[in-house]
Amino acid sequence: MTILQFILWSVLKVAVVTVVMLLGVAYTVLLERKLVGRIQNRWGPSRVGPFGLLQPLVDGAKSFMKEDIIPTGVYRPLYLLAPIIALGCALISIAVVPFGEPVSVLGSPHLFQIADVNIGLLVILGVTSIGVYGIALAGWSSNNKYSLLGALRSSAQLVSYELALGLSLVGVVMRTGSLSLIEIVRQQSSRGILTWNIFGGGQVFAFFIYLMAAYAETNRSPFDLPEAESELTGGYHTEYSSMKFAMFFMAEYANMITVGCVATLLFLGGWTSFFGDLIPPPQNIFIHAFLPIFWFVLKVFCFLFLYVWVRGTLPRFRYDQLMNFGWRWLLPAAILNIVATSIWLACR
Amino acid sequence: MHLIFFFVFAGFCLAGAINLLLQSHPTISALSLIVVMVSLAVLYLLLGAEFLAAAQVIVYAGAIMVLFSFVIMLLNASREERTMGSSAARVVGFPAVVVILAVIATVILHAQGLGVARLSDNLSNVKGQTNLDLLGVELFTKLLLPFEVTSILILIAILGAVALARHDGEEQERTGEE
Repeated sequence: MTILQFILWSVLKVAVVTVVMLLGVAYTVLLERKLVGRIQNRWGPSRVGPFGLLQPLVDGAKSFMKEDIIPTGVYRPLYLLAPIIALGCALISIAVVPFGEPVSVLGSPHLFQIADVNIGLLVILGVTSIGVYGIALAGWSSNNKYSLLGALRSSAQLVSYELALGLSLVGVVMRTGSLSLIEIVRQQSSRGILTWNIFGGGQVFAFFIYLMAAYAETNRSPFDLPEAESELTGGYHTEYSSMKFAMFFMAEYANMITVGCVATLLFLGGWTSFFGDLIPPPQNIFIHAFLPIFWFVLKVFCFLFLYVWVRGTLPRFRYDQLMNFGWRWLLPAAILNIVATSIWLACR
Repeated sequence: MHLIFFFVFAGFCLAGAINLLLQSHPTISALSLIVVMVSLAVLYLLLGAEFLAAAQVIVYAGAIMVLFSFVIMLLNASREERTMGSSAARVVGFPAVVVILAVIATVILHAQGLGVARLSDNLSNVKGQTNLDLLGVELFTKLLLPFEVTSILILIAILGAVALARHDGEEQERTGEE
Protein backbone atom coordinates (compact mmCIF):
# COMPACT_ATOMS: atom_id res chain seq x y z
CA MET A 1 0.00 0.00 0.00
CA THR A 2 1.48 3.30 -1.01
CA ILE A 3 1.49 6.36 1.21
CA LEU A 4 -0.96 8.13 -1.11
CA GLN A 5 -3.43 5.24 -0.85
CA PHE A 6 -3.02 5.21 2.90
CA ILE A 7 -3.74 8.93 3.17
CA LEU A 8 -6.73 8.75 0.85
CA TRP A 9 -8.26 5.80 2.69
CA SER A 10 -7.62 7.39 6.08
CA VAL A 11 -9.22 10.68 5.07
CA LEU A 12 -12.21 8.83 3.63
CA LYS A 13 -12.68 6.66 6.70
CA VAL A 14 -12.27 9.59 9.07
CA ALA A 15 -14.83 11.61 7.11
CA VAL A 16 -17.38 8.80 7.03
CA VAL A 17 -16.95 7.90 10.70
CA THR A 18 -17.13 11.54 11.81
CA VAL A 19 -20.31 12.18 9.85
CA VAL A 20 -21.93 8.97 11.08
CA MET A 21 -20.83 9.71 14.62
CA LEU A 22 -22.25 13.24 14.58
CA LEU A 23 -25.51 11.98 13.11
CA GLY A 24 -25.52 9.30 15.76
CA VAL A 25 -25.02 11.96 18.41
CA ALA A 26 -27.89 14.03 17.01
CA TYR A 27 -30.26 11.09 16.94
CA THR A 28 -29.17 9.84 20.36
CA VAL A 29 -30.41 13.17 21.69
CA LEU A 30 -33.71 12.59 19.93
CA LEU A 31 -33.87 9.01 21.21
CA GLU A 32 -33.28 10.26 24.73
CA ARG A 33 -35.95 12.96 24.50
CA LYS A 34 -38.47 10.55 22.98
CA LEU A 35 -37.80 7.77 25.48
CA VAL A 36 -37.74 9.99 28.54
CA GLY A 37 -40.93 11.51 27.23
CA ARG A 38 -42.60 8.10 27.03
CA ILE A 39 -41.28 7.17 30.49
CA GLN A 40 -42.87 10.35 31.86
CA ASN A 41 -46.08 9.66 29.96
CA ARG A 42 -45.80 12.39 27.32
CA TRP A 43 -44.89 12.36 23.63
CA GLY A 44 -41.52 14.06 23.49
CA PRO A 45 -40.62 16.07 20.35
CA SER A 46 -43.26 15.36 17.72
CA ARG A 47 -43.78 18.55 15.69
CA VAL A 48 -40.76 18.80 13.37
CA GLY A 49 -41.00 16.21 10.62
CA PRO A 50 -42.68 12.80 10.98
CA PHE A 51 -42.45 11.62 14.63
CA GLY A 52 -40.18 14.60 15.33
CA LEU A 53 -37.42 13.01 13.26
CA LEU A 54 -36.09 16.35 11.98
CA GLN A 55 -35.85 17.82 15.48
CA PRO A 56 -32.03 17.26 15.84
CA LEU A 57 -31.33 19.15 12.60
CA VAL A 58 -33.47 22.08 13.70
CA ASP A 59 -31.78 22.06 17.10
CA GLY A 60 -28.36 22.10 15.44
CA ALA A 61 -29.34 25.03 13.23
CA LYS A 62 -30.70 26.84 16.27
CA SER A 63 -27.45 26.54 18.21
CA PHE A 64 -25.56 27.93 15.21
CA MET A 65 -27.84 30.95 15.03
CA LYS A 66 -27.74 31.79 18.74
CA GLU A 67 -25.65 34.74 19.85
CA ASP A 68 -22.22 33.67 21.02
CA ILE A 69 -21.62 35.39 24.35
CA ILE A 70 -18.19 35.49 25.95
CA PRO A 71 -18.47 36.89 29.49
CA THR A 72 -15.99 39.60 30.43
CA GLY A 73 -14.34 37.90 33.39
CA VAL A 74 -13.25 34.70 31.61
CA TYR A 75 -9.70 33.64 30.85
CA ARG A 76 -10.10 33.71 27.09
CA PRO A 77 -7.53 31.21 25.68
CA LEU A 78 -8.63 28.39 27.95
CA TYR A 79 -12.29 29.35 27.75
CA LEU A 80 -12.11 28.90 23.97
CA LEU A 81 -9.90 25.81 24.14
CA ALA A 82 -12.02 23.84 26.63
CA PRO A 83 -14.95 22.87 24.34
CA ILE A 84 -12.47 21.95 21.60
CA ILE A 85 -10.63 19.60 23.96
CA ALA A 86 -13.89 18.07 25.16
CA LEU A 87 -15.34 17.42 21.70
CA GLY A 88 -11.96 16.54 20.16
CA CYS A 89 -11.20 13.83 22.70
CA ALA A 90 -14.73 12.49 22.46
CA LEU A 91 -14.42 12.10 18.68
CA ILE A 92 -10.79 10.86 18.60
CA SER A 93 -11.36 7.81 20.75
CA ILE A 94 -13.74 6.29 18.17
CA ALA A 95 -10.77 6.02 15.77
CA VAL A 96 -9.53 2.71 17.16
CA VAL A 97 -12.96 1.06 17.38
CA PRO A 98 -13.40 -1.74 14.83
CA PHE A 99 -16.98 -1.77 13.51
CA GLY A 100 -16.67 -5.02 11.63
CA GLU A 101 -14.52 -7.93 10.53
CA PRO A 102 -11.14 -6.76 9.14
CA VAL A 103 -11.75 -6.72 5.37
CA SER A 104 -9.15 -5.66 2.82
CA VAL A 105 -10.63 -3.68 -0.04
CA LEU A 106 -8.60 -1.89 -2.72
CA GLY A 107 -5.46 -1.59 -0.64
CA SER A 108 -7.13 -0.60 2.60
CA PRO A 109 -6.05 -3.02 5.34
CA HIS A 110 -9.15 -2.54 7.49
CA LEU A 111 -12.27 -1.22 5.87
CA PHE A 112 -14.26 -0.89 9.10
CA GLN A 113 -11.63 0.55 11.39
CA ILE A 114 -9.70 3.82 11.11
CA ALA A 115 -6.56 2.73 12.94
CA ASP A 116 -5.68 -0.81 13.94
CA VAL A 117 -3.35 -0.49 16.91
CA ASN A 118 -2.33 -3.36 19.15
CA ILE A 119 -3.04 -1.31 22.28
CA GLY A 120 -6.46 -0.10 21.14
CA LEU A 121 -8.05 -0.39 24.55
CA LEU A 122 -5.33 1.71 26.19
CA VAL A 123 -5.68 4.36 23.50
CA ILE A 124 -9.38 4.71 24.30
CA LEU A 125 -8.69 4.94 28.03
CA GLY A 126 -5.89 7.45 27.44
CA VAL A 127 -7.89 9.74 25.19
CA THR A 128 -10.85 9.64 27.58
CA SER A 129 -8.59 10.55 30.48
CA ILE A 130 -7.39 13.62 28.55
CA GLY A 131 -11.03 14.58 27.94
CA VAL A 132 -11.36 15.46 31.63
CA TYR A 133 -9.38 18.62 30.97
CA GLY A 134 -12.12 19.94 28.70
CA ILE A 135 -14.51 19.99 31.63
CA ALA A 136 -11.95 21.07 34.24
CA LEU A 137 -10.66 23.97 32.16
CA ALA A 138 -14.17 25.07 31.18
CA GLY A 139 -15.08 25.37 34.84
CA TRP A 140 -11.91 27.09 35.86
CA SER A 141 -11.66 29.59 33.03
CA SER A 142 -15.32 30.63 33.27
CA ASN A 143 -14.65 32.60 36.47
CA ASN A 144 -17.97 31.50 37.93
CA LYS A 145 -18.49 29.68 41.20
CA TYR A 146 -21.08 27.27 39.78
CA SER A 147 -18.81 26.38 36.90
CA LEU A 148 -15.84 25.89 39.20
CA LEU A 149 -17.82 23.69 41.58
CA GLY A 150 -19.12 21.64 38.67
CA ALA A 151 -15.62 21.23 37.25
CA LEU A 152 -14.15 20.24 40.63
CA ARG A 153 -16.87 17.68 41.20
CA SER A 154 -16.40 16.35 37.75
CA SER A 155 -12.60 16.00 38.00
CA ALA A 156 -12.92 14.21 41.33
CA GLN A 157 -15.64 11.95 39.99
CA LEU A 158 -13.80 11.11 36.77
CA VAL A 159 -10.53 10.34 38.54
CA SER A 160 -12.28 8.11 41.07
CA TYR A 161 -14.40 6.17 38.61
CA GLU A 162 -11.66 5.85 36.00
CA LEU A 163 -9.90 3.43 38.34
CA ALA A 164 -12.93 1.18 38.69
CA LEU A 165 -13.54 1.43 34.94
CA GLY A 166 -9.99 0.44 34.04
CA LEU A 167 -9.87 -2.39 36.58
CA SER A 168 -13.20 -3.81 35.41
CA LEU A 169 -11.69 -4.23 31.92
CA VAL A 170 -8.63 -6.10 33.22
CA GLY A 171 -10.56 -9.36 33.54
CA VAL A 172 -11.44 -9.28 29.84
CA VAL A 173 -7.88 -8.42 28.87
CA MET A 174 -6.56 -11.28 31.00
CA ARG A 175 -8.90 -13.72 29.26
CA THR A 176 -7.83 -12.55 25.83
CA GLY A 177 -4.16 -11.94 26.52
CA SER A 178 -4.17 -8.95 24.20
CA LEU A 179 -5.13 -5.29 24.22
CA SER A 180 -6.07 -5.31 20.55
CA LEU A 181 -9.80 -4.78 20.17
CA ILE A 182 -9.97 -7.06 17.13
CA GLU A 183 -8.33 -9.90 19.08
CA ILE A 184 -10.74 -9.37 21.98
CA VAL A 185 -13.74 -9.70 19.66
CA ARG A 186 -12.32 -12.72 17.78
CA GLN A 187 -11.80 -14.57 21.00
CA GLN A 188 -15.51 -14.27 21.83
CA SER A 189 -16.85 -15.07 18.39
CA SER A 190 -16.98 -18.86 18.17
CA ARG A 191 -20.30 -19.86 19.81
CA GLY A 192 -22.29 -16.66 19.62
CA ILE A 193 -23.91 -15.44 22.80
CA LEU A 194 -22.49 -18.36 24.81
CA THR A 195 -18.87 -17.30 24.31
CA TRP A 196 -19.36 -13.58 24.82
CA ASN A 197 -17.31 -12.34 27.69
CA ILE A 198 -20.40 -11.35 29.63
CA PHE A 199 -21.81 -14.91 29.68
CA GLY A 200 -19.30 -17.57 28.68
CA GLY A 201 -16.35 -15.56 29.87
CA GLY A 202 -17.82 -15.19 33.34
CA GLN A 203 -17.40 -11.42 33.24
CA VAL A 204 -21.00 -10.58 34.19
CA PHE A 205 -19.81 -8.96 37.35
CA ALA A 206 -17.17 -6.93 35.49
CA PHE A 207 -19.84 -5.83 32.99
CA PHE A 208 -21.99 -4.29 35.70
CA ILE A 209 -18.98 -2.60 37.31
CA TYR A 210 -18.09 -1.23 33.89
CA LEU A 211 -21.67 -0.10 33.35
CA MET A 212 -21.80 1.89 36.56
CA ALA A 213 -18.32 3.35 36.18
CA ALA A 214 -19.11 4.29 32.58
CA TYR A 215 -22.26 6.16 33.62
CA ALA A 216 -20.15 8.14 36.06
CA GLU A 217 -17.40 8.69 33.47
CA THR A 218 -19.81 10.21 30.98
CA ASN A 219 -21.49 12.39 33.65
CA ARG A 220 -24.81 10.71 33.09
CA SER A 221 -27.65 10.25 35.49
CA PRO A 222 -27.65 8.95 38.24
CA PHE A 223 -24.11 10.31 38.49
CA ASP A 224 -24.70 13.64 36.73
CA LEU A 225 -23.48 15.75 39.63
CA PRO A 226 -21.16 17.96 37.54
CA GLU A 227 -24.20 19.51 35.91
CA ALA A 228 -26.80 18.99 38.63
CA GLU A 229 -29.13 21.77 37.57
CA SER A 230 -30.97 21.99 40.88
CA GLU A 231 -27.84 23.02 42.76
CA LEU A 232 -25.30 24.23 40.17
CA THR A 233 -27.55 25.92 37.56
CA GLY A 234 -25.64 24.28 34.69
CA GLY A 235 -22.38 23.04 36.16
CA TYR A 236 -19.19 23.48 34.18
CA HIS A 237 -20.92 24.87 31.09
CA THR A 238 -22.99 27.56 32.85
CA GLU A 239 -21.14 30.38 31.09
CA TYR A 240 -21.14 28.79 27.65
CA SER A 241 -23.65 29.62 24.98
CA SER A 242 -24.41 28.93 21.34
CA MET A 243 -22.09 26.55 19.49
CA LYS A 244 -19.63 26.23 22.38
CA PHE A 245 -22.39 24.88 24.59
CA ALA A 246 -23.45 22.60 21.76
CA MET A 247 -19.89 21.27 21.58
CA PHE A 248 -20.00 20.19 25.23
CA PHE A 249 -23.40 18.70 24.61
CA MET A 250 -22.16 16.78 21.59
CA ALA A 251 -19.06 15.64 23.48
CA GLU A 252 -21.25 14.12 26.19
CA TYR A 253 -23.32 12.13 23.72
CA ALA A 254 -20.27 11.15 21.66
CA ASN A 255 -18.72 9.81 24.86
CA MET A 256 -21.90 7.83 25.50
CA ILE A 257 -21.62 6.24 22.06
CA THR A 258 -17.92 5.46 22.55
CA VAL A 259 -18.62 3.86 25.91
CA GLY A 260 -21.36 1.83 24.24
CA CYS A 261 -18.91 0.72 21.52
CA VAL A 262 -16.34 -0.34 24.12
CA ALA A 263 -18.95 -2.30 26.08
CA THR A 264 -20.05 -3.96 22.85
CA LEU A 265 -16.52 -4.90 21.88
CA LEU A 266 -15.38 -6.11 25.27
CA PHE A 267 -18.42 -7.79 26.75
CA LEU A 268 -21.05 -8.30 24.05
CA GLY A 269 -19.03 -9.92 21.29
CA GLY A 270 -18.48 -6.86 19.08
CA TRP A 271 -19.71 -7.31 15.52
CA THR A 272 -20.43 -11.05 15.84
CA SER A 273 -24.01 -12.24 15.76
CA PHE A 274 -26.02 -13.68 18.63
CA PHE A 275 -25.91 -17.12 17.07
CA GLY A 276 -22.20 -17.48 16.34
CA ASP A 277 -21.57 -20.13 13.69
CA LEU A 278 -24.94 -21.86 14.20
CA ILE A 279 -26.26 -19.93 11.20
CA PRO A 280 -24.17 -20.20 8.00
CA PRO A 281 -22.77 -16.87 6.72
CA PRO A 282 -24.98 -15.24 4.07
CA GLN A 283 -24.02 -15.79 0.43
CA ASN A 284 -24.71 -12.27 -0.85
CA ILE A 285 -21.43 -10.34 -0.63
CA PHE A 286 -23.03 -7.07 0.45
CA ILE A 287 -25.08 -8.68 3.20
CA HIS A 288 -21.97 -10.57 4.23
CA ALA A 289 -20.01 -7.32 4.51
CA PHE A 290 -22.65 -5.25 6.24
CA LEU A 291 -24.30 -7.77 8.56
CA PRO A 292 -21.50 -7.29 11.18
CA ILE A 293 -22.18 -3.54 11.13
CA PHE A 294 -25.86 -4.26 11.73
CA TRP A 295 -25.09 -6.39 14.79
CA PHE A 296 -22.65 -3.81 16.10
CA VAL A 297 -25.09 -0.93 15.74
CA LEU A 298 -27.88 -3.00 17.27
CA LYS A 299 -25.79 -3.75 20.35
CA VAL A 300 -24.69 -0.14 20.75
CA PHE A 301 -28.32 0.94 20.35
CA CYS A 302 -29.40 -1.43 23.15
CA PHE A 303 -26.68 0.03 25.34
CA LEU A 304 -27.83 3.60 24.63
CA PHE A 305 -31.43 2.56 25.29
CA LEU A 306 -30.34 1.26 28.69
CA TYR A 307 -28.57 4.58 29.35
CA VAL A 308 -31.75 6.55 28.74
CA TRP A 309 -33.86 4.06 30.65
CA VAL A 310 -31.61 4.44 33.69
CA ARG A 311 -31.75 8.20 33.36
CA GLY A 312 -35.53 8.14 33.31
CA THR A 313 -35.72 5.84 36.33
CA LEU A 314 -33.10 6.63 38.95
CA PRO A 315 -32.74 9.81 41.03
CA ARG A 316 -29.40 11.55 41.35
CA PHE A 317 -26.83 10.46 43.95
CA ARG A 318 -25.63 12.80 46.65
CA TYR A 319 -21.97 13.76 46.35
CA ASP A 320 -20.70 11.84 49.40
CA GLN A 321 -22.76 8.81 48.34
CA LEU A 322 -21.10 9.00 44.96
CA MET A 323 -17.59 9.02 46.40
CA ASN A 324 -18.38 6.30 48.94
CA PHE A 325 -19.89 4.10 46.28
CA GLY A 326 -16.94 4.55 43.93
CA TRP A 327 -14.16 3.94 46.41
CA ARG A 328 -15.73 1.56 48.92
CA TRP A 329 -17.82 -0.67 46.64
CA LEU A 330 -16.97 -0.38 43.00
CA LEU A 331 -13.18 -0.37 43.29
CA PRO A 332 -12.91 -3.36 45.69
CA ALA A 333 -15.46 -5.22 43.59
CA ALA A 334 -13.36 -4.63 40.48
CA ILE A 335 -10.22 -5.86 42.27
CA LEU A 336 -12.09 -8.95 43.52
CA ASN A 337 -13.16 -9.63 39.95
CA ILE A 338 -9.52 -9.55 38.81
CA VAL A 339 -8.51 -11.97 41.57
CA ALA A 340 -11.40 -14.31 40.77
CA THR A 341 -10.64 -14.23 37.05
CA SER A 342 -6.96 -14.97 37.59
CA ILE A 343 -7.76 -17.91 39.90
CA TRP A 344 -10.21 -19.24 37.33
CA LEU A 345 -7.67 -18.85 34.52
CA ALA A 346 -4.98 -20.55 36.60
CA CYS A 347 -7.22 -23.51 37.48
CA ARG A 348 -8.45 -24.09 33.94
CA MET B 1 8.72 11.13 8.44
CA HIS B 2 9.65 9.90 11.90
CA LEU B 3 12.39 12.51 12.09
CA ILE B 4 9.93 15.29 11.32
CA PHE B 5 7.57 14.06 14.03
CA PHE B 6 10.50 13.79 16.42
CA PHE B 7 11.53 17.38 15.90
CA VAL B 8 7.98 18.70 16.09
CA PHE B 9 7.18 16.94 19.35
CA ALA B 10 10.60 17.47 20.88
CA GLY B 11 9.99 21.14 20.13
CA PHE B 12 6.58 21.00 21.82
CA CYS B 13 8.17 19.28 24.78
CA LEU B 14 10.87 21.91 25.22
CA ALA B 15 8.44 24.77 24.63
CA GLY B 16 6.11 23.31 27.24
CA ALA B 17 8.94 22.91 29.74
CA ILE B 18 10.17 26.48 29.21
CA ASN B 19 6.64 27.85 29.39
CA LEU B 20 6.15 25.93 32.64
CA LEU B 21 9.03 27.89 34.19
CA LEU B 22 8.17 31.27 32.70
CA GLN B 23 4.44 31.42 33.45
CA SER B 24 3.47 33.12 36.66
CA HIS B 25 0.07 31.44 36.88
CA PRO B 26 0.06 27.93 38.45
CA THR B 27 -2.79 26.64 36.28
CA ILE B 28 -1.02 27.56 33.06
CA SER B 29 2.16 25.98 34.41
CA ALA B 30 0.27 22.77 35.14
CA LEU B 31 -1.13 22.83 31.60
CA SER B 32 2.35 23.26 30.15
CA LEU B 33 3.42 20.22 32.13
CA ILE B 34 0.58 18.27 30.50
CA VAL B 35 1.88 19.36 27.09
CA VAL B 36 5.33 18.06 28.11
CA MET B 37 3.87 14.72 29.23
CA VAL B 38 1.86 14.20 26.07
CA SER B 39 4.79 15.13 23.81
CA LEU B 40 6.97 12.67 25.73
CA ALA B 41 4.33 10.02 25.09
CA VAL B 42 4.54 10.74 21.36
CA LEU B 43 8.35 10.43 21.51
CA TYR B 44 7.96 7.02 23.18
CA LEU B 45 5.55 6.05 20.45
CA LEU B 46 8.11 7.03 17.81
CA LEU B 47 10.63 4.77 19.55
CA GLY B 48 8.19 1.87 19.19
CA ALA B 49 7.29 1.69 22.88
CA GLU B 50 3.55 1.96 22.45
CA PHE B 51 2.62 0.53 25.84
CA LEU B 52 4.89 3.00 27.59
CA ALA B 53 3.35 5.83 25.58
CA ALA B 54 -0.18 4.82 26.55
CA ALA B 55 0.81 4.39 30.19
CA GLN B 56 2.45 7.81 30.11
CA VAL B 57 -0.74 9.44 28.86
CA ILE B 58 -3.07 7.53 31.19
CA VAL B 59 -0.99 7.76 34.36
CA TYR B 60 0.81 11.07 34.09
CA ALA B 61 -1.29 13.24 31.80
CA GLY B 62 -4.61 11.65 32.75
CA ALA B 63 -4.38 10.91 36.46
CA ILE B 64 -1.53 12.72 38.18
CA MET B 65 -1.90 16.01 36.33
CA VAL B 66 -5.67 15.97 36.87
CA LEU B 67 -4.94 15.79 40.59
CA PHE B 68 -2.41 18.62 40.28
CA SER B 69 -4.80 20.92 38.46
CA PHE B 70 -7.59 19.82 40.80
CA VAL B 71 -5.60 20.98 43.82
CA ILE B 72 -4.59 24.23 42.13
CA MET B 73 -8.22 24.95 41.27
CA LEU B 74 -9.42 23.97 44.73
CA LEU B 75 -6.97 26.32 46.41
CA ASN B 76 -7.83 28.89 43.75
CA ALA B 77 -4.17 29.82 43.56
CA SER B 78 -3.67 33.16 41.90
CA ARG B 79 -0.76 34.78 40.17
CA GLU B 80 2.60 34.23 41.82
CA GLU B 81 4.95 37.10 42.47
CA ARG B 82 8.13 36.94 40.51
CA THR B 83 11.33 36.99 42.53
CA MET B 84 14.81 37.12 41.15
CA GLY B 85 15.74 33.95 43.06
CA SER B 86 17.98 33.65 46.06
CA SER B 87 21.69 34.31 45.73
CA ALA B 88 22.41 30.69 46.72
CA ALA B 89 20.48 29.53 43.68
CA ARG B 90 22.51 31.78 41.45
CA VAL B 91 25.88 30.86 42.94
CA VAL B 92 25.37 27.10 43.33
CA GLY B 93 22.41 26.37 41.07
CA PHE B 94 23.69 27.31 37.64
CA PRO B 95 27.10 25.60 37.99
CA ALA B 96 25.30 22.52 39.38
CA VAL B 97 23.01 22.40 36.34
CA VAL B 98 26.01 22.65 34.02
CA VAL B 99 27.82 19.87 35.90
CA ILE B 100 24.79 17.54 35.83
CA LEU B 101 24.24 18.13 32.12
CA ALA B 102 27.94 17.49 31.46
CA VAL B 103 27.84 14.22 33.42
CA ILE B 104 24.72 13.02 31.58
CA ALA B 105 26.23 13.98 28.22
CA THR B 106 29.48 12.10 28.92
CA VAL B 107 27.61 9.02 30.08
CA ILE B 108 25.45 9.01 26.97
CA LEU B 109 28.37 9.62 24.64
CA HIS B 110 30.56 6.91 26.19
CA ALA B 111 28.00 4.24 26.91
CA GLN B 112 27.99 1.19 24.69
CA GLY B 113 24.64 0.45 23.15
CA LEU B 114 23.01 3.59 24.46
CA GLY B 115 21.49 5.71 21.76
CA VAL B 116 21.78 3.11 18.99
CA ALA B 117 18.03 2.45 18.93
CA ARG B 118 16.58 4.15 15.89
CA LEU B 119 13.28 5.91 15.73
CA SER B 120 10.46 3.58 14.68
CA ASP B 121 12.44 0.47 15.66
CA ASN B 122 10.19 -2.03 17.35
CA LEU B 123 11.63 -3.06 20.70
CA SER B 124 10.74 -6.68 20.11
CA ASN B 125 12.55 -8.55 17.35
CA VAL B 126 10.35 -11.62 17.46
CA LYS B 127 7.59 -11.53 14.88
CA GLY B 128 4.11 -11.36 16.39
CA GLN B 129 5.40 -10.51 19.83
CA THR B 130 4.32 -7.06 20.99
CA ASN B 131 6.44 -5.16 23.42
CA LEU B 132 3.63 -5.63 25.90
CA ASP B 133 4.46 -9.36 26.08
CA LEU B 134 8.13 -8.51 26.37
CA LEU B 135 7.50 -6.02 29.14
CA GLY B 136 5.34 -8.46 31.08
CA VAL B 137 7.90 -11.26 30.91
CA GLU B 138 10.77 -8.98 31.91
CA LEU B 139 8.79 -7.42 34.74
CA PHE B 140 7.76 -10.72 36.30
CA THR B 141 11.00 -12.68 35.84
CA LYS B 142 14.16 -10.56 35.86
CA LEU B 143 12.74 -7.50 37.56
CA LEU B 144 10.40 -9.23 39.98
CA LEU B 145 12.09 -8.02 43.17
CA PRO B 146 12.30 -4.32 42.24
CA PHE B 147 8.71 -4.51 40.97
CA GLU B 148 7.37 -5.97 44.21
CA VAL B 149 9.45 -3.60 46.34
CA THR B 150 8.03 -0.65 44.40
CA SER B 151 4.49 -1.91 44.96
CA ILE B 152 5.11 -2.15 48.70
CA LEU B 153 6.60 1.34 48.68
CA ILE B 154 3.48 2.68 47.00
CA LEU B 155 1.29 0.77 49.45
CA ILE B 156 3.17 2.36 52.35
CA ALA B 157 2.68 5.78 50.77
CA ILE B 158 -1.06 5.13 50.46
CA LEU B 159 -1.28 3.99 54.08
CA GLY B 160 0.64 7.06 55.15
CA ALA B 161 -1.72 9.33 53.25
CA VAL B 162 -4.75 7.61 54.76
CA ALA B 163 -3.26 7.85 58.26
CA LEU B 164 -2.55 11.57 57.83
CA ALA B 165 -6.02 12.26 56.48
CA ARG B 166 -7.70 10.26 59.27
CA HIS B 167 -5.72 12.00 61.96
CA ASP B 168 -6.93 15.34 60.74
CA GLY B 169 -10.52 14.16 60.71
CA GLU B 170 -10.42 12.84 64.28
CA GLU B 171 -9.12 16.13 65.58
CA GLN B 172 -11.90 17.97 63.83
CA GLU B 173 -14.44 15.63 65.36
CA ARG B 174 -12.97 16.15 68.81
CA THR B 175 -13.07 19.93 68.51
CA GLY B 176 -16.62 19.60 67.31
CA GLU B 177 -17.55 17.63 70.43
CA GLU B 178 -15.95 20.14 72.71
